[in-house]
Amino acid sequence: MADALKIGGRDLTSRLFLGTGKFSANRLIPEVVKASGAQVVTVALRRVDTDYQEENIAAYVPAGCILMPNTSGARTAEEAVRIARLARAAGCGDWVKIEVIRDNRYLLPDNYETIKATEILAAEGFVVLPYMSPDLSVAKRLAEAGAAAVMPLGSPIGSNRGLRTRELIRILIEEIPLPIIVDAGIGRPSEAAEAMEMGAAAVLVNTAIATAGDPVAMGRAFGLAVEAGRAAYLAGMPGTVDYARASSPLTGFLRD
Amino acid sequence: MKIIINGKEEAVAENATLEEIVASRGLNPGGIIVELNYALVKRESWPDTILRENDRVEILRFVGGG
Repeated sequence: MADALKIGGRDLTSRLFLGTGKFSANRLIPEVVKASGAQVVTVALRRVDTDYQEENIAAYVPAGCILMPNTSGARTAEEAVRIARLARAAGCGDWVKIEVIRDNRYLLPDNYETIKATEILAAEGFVVLPYMSPDLSVAKRLAEAGAAAVMPLGSPIGSNRGLRTRELIRILIEEIPLPIIVDAGIGRPSEAAEAMEMGAAAVLVNTAIATAGDPVAMGRAFGLAVEAGRAAYLAGMPGTVDYARASSPLTGFLRD
Repeated sequence: MKIIINGKEEAVAENATLEEIVASRGLNPGGIIVELNYALVKRESWPDTILRENDRVEILRFVGGG
């Protein structure tokens, strides 16, 4: 398959991963999946609130998508491992997004616990995609621990602030021989396109699509942006210069 | 007897089964994951799983998340 993203033995043609939180109605999810082309879809595992009947979100994820449970709510590696094992035992497949967070204000991940969880779960045969604060030595440790990809944040979860960690992500893309997937903070399609132009392997978007005025139309916009950014990266981005360089020939017949 | 359901202590009948606990809460078993003392119990085993004093039951489901 031309330009497939290979992760965990799967060939992905779409480089947009979709999160399912914050949608005003679950019925939007299959429509957004279709409009965006997303093939990897994240879900979370929560205690049932018996006073408030919710629907099973997995029923809204179209067959053929890879369901990627996250370990949100975990504050330690042990808790993340427990959630991952439960999700797999419940039939969710082998993919897991490790998310270990102890900071309630910025929801920044605990890289140390994330490495520990990655090591344990990769050894158990999970396809592990850890969400992390971009840091080169941590990314190297995650690769050594058996991560299938590394998912640095662009800015805090749900903030729509874009690629604030751009320079660090650039270094990860350059130095880490695994797919780098920008997760969290991408607020607009142009930012998704920029991440892809930089050479990110994929982006994971949730809030910017789920809370848009028209989530289905925004899903399509993100799908197009990710494709455009990827195509630009593959085309070879030209460098920049400080002064103008004429695009039209100036040699002319008007003056001597 | 007392058991812990989703972190809260609750009184249930002696020899109550997981099946009965889930049914008594009006939950649709289709979308639910049940863990007993930190181990997943598959749907088909709920009727035969008899609860004991101080058992810890977690009733979970997949929800939207990024």
